[in-house]
Amino acid sequence: MRQLISRLAAGALLAGAAFLAQAQLSIEITGAGAQRLPIAITDFAGERVVAQALTSVIRADLERSGRFNLVNTAGSVMDENTPPDFPDWKSRGADALAAGSLVSLPDGRYETRFRLYDVQKQAAIGGLALTHTSAQIRATAHRIADTIYEKLTGERGIFSTRIAYVVKSAGRYELQIADADGNNPQPALASREPIISPAWSPDGGRLAYVSFEAKKPVIYVHDLASGKRHVAANFKGSNSAPAWSPDGKKLAIVLTKDGNSQLYLVNADGSGVTRLSTSSGIDTEPQFSPDGEFIYFTSDRGGSPQIYRQPVAGGAAQRITFDGSYNVTPRLSPDGKTLAFVTRDGGRFRVAVMDLASRQVQVLTDTAKDESPSFAPNGRMILFATEVGGRGVLAAVSVDGRVKQRLSVQAADVREPAWGPFLNK
Amino acid sequence: MRTPLLTASLLTLALLVGCGSQPPAPEQAGAGVEDRTPGAVTTPGVTPVTAGQPNAYDIAALKDPKSPLSKRSIYFDFDSYVVKDEYQTLLNHHAQFLIKNPQMKMLIQGNADERGSREYNLALGQKRAEAIKKALMLLGVKEAQLESVSLGEEKPVCTESTESCWAQNRRGDMLYSGEF
Repeated sequence: MRQLISRLAAGALLAGAAFLAQAQLSIEITGAGAQRLPIAITDFAGERVVAQALTSVIRADLERSGRFNLVNTAGSVMDENTPPDFPDWKSRGADALAAGSLVSLPDGRYETRFRLYDVQKQAAIGGLALTHTSAQIRATAHRIADTIYEKLTGERGIFSTRIAYVVKSAGRYELQIADADGNNPQPALASREPIISPAWSPDGGRLAYVSFEAKKPVIYVHDLASGKRHVAANFKGSNSAPAWSPDGKKLAIVLTKDGNSQLYLVNADGSGVTRLSTSSGIDTEPQFSPDGEFIYFTSDRGGSPQIYRQPVAGGAAQRITFDGSYNVTPRLSPDGKTLAFVTRDGGRFRVAVMDLASRQVQVLTDTAKDESPSFAPNGRMILFATEVGGRGVLAAVSVDGRVKQRLSVQAADVREPAWGPFLNK
Repeated sequence: MRTPLLTASLLTLALLVGCGSQPPAPEQAGAGVEDRTPGAVTTPGVTPVTAGQPNAYDIAALKDPKSPLSKRSIYFDFDSYVVKDEYQTLLNHHAQFLIKNPQMKMLIQGNADERGSREYNLALGQKRAEAIKKALMLLGVKEAQLESVSLGEEKPVCTESTESCWAQNRRGDMLYSGEF
């Protein structure tokens, strides 16, 4: 099933930001989940006063998750106080129904309210009231979609989160931050030299990354709100692969100051560097387990690049991957139970997941040049970079491999995605 | 045939000066000539210079396209981090330059082809840069003059997905002070 959501780009054009539409990530859904809950989202009363229709954003969010089937509401408008005709919605196949309203406030802002119903039980099961500006229509829609998603699936929604990625176009590299649906892209850093390995701080306020602006890889920590950044590691040799500790105080990094690439710990302000690993080969791509107990990393100590883990407090490294001759880029799911990584099989590099309890491995993609997997903060989807038609694109796949999406930017290479954390617990 | 005559007359003059102006030194007990380390005979050397021609290891040679120092790239085989023998002569020229110009520093940038993880490729490029650094140190270059870094797969000179293109990207480049 293929469906191009062009409404997203149209929204940006209507807002008068035609130049942004050029750099917009457009999302194509290339696969959907098997068990999808049918939901009807009616148009909200009063929403036509704003250029970007609120409910089209809510519907797109829920559809993209692969967990909902949108029931055609055929232009019906309901506000949160309209008594729903439950038998009618049931006959249309809806298990859930959402309705709401948007009203202008005297100060120029808006108030949006909505109510969510269980059609089977014929009862309201949730709702929300939010005040916002016209510039916050999309953010409001994402909050509502998050509420609906959480009520109906029991898991937190990721529609209000942000993603970071690097866009390369004609000798220019730009580190961008966008909403999880690819909208609202904002440049955080532009450079003539490469930028790789962005990593979100656990509070979502800072990014650590590697920039080559000094003709060598140097690690920076960048505060997104202020644009202020500092060097976190610039030792003799290469400095790369930053990964935040779960408390946001330290970075696991890779340095070559003592020879080959090895793991070190450094405070986020760049002070107090200590060595974590000692091997004769390459140790790189460190990643903390969510409980902060282990560092997962890639090492060629056994002859080929494989994934290992080692206690942060010290102790022997334990090999995790055994199948194949190239398993790299370990990334832990937020609950720490699943490991995503890139595996090479017959010249193809694909995203795979391992259930850490059973050590069962499942390859999730059918592309050939996958890189940089990154879990959504609710653990349902994995964002990664791949290549389609000779061009770098971002793609997302659900951890069961069923839901697939592709995010691309016109006439540019997109790479190095990193999915940001939930902004408030 | 004037040189030997001139040397002989200078020697005579020195002997005459020595005898005439200095009182004889007092004898020192036990200092037999057989105990002394024999002094080496030194002959002053003369290096011919043609005006307007830079020395082979002059800083100006770095920019001379005819100098071997203008060659800055070392290529590696697939999945290999060993400097091939064919580069020993080139590395020797660069080593001599660094030894004769101790104020000069070299940045060695290792590269890798595009296949696989960017960070792992960064580590592979580092292995290539390290191999060049070690080879230069074996030729007598001080470690303080050398820095090996990696650009991984980020700065390819060739961007097609073919073996001949990847081969050009499995490379180490040598940059001198002022070039990085």
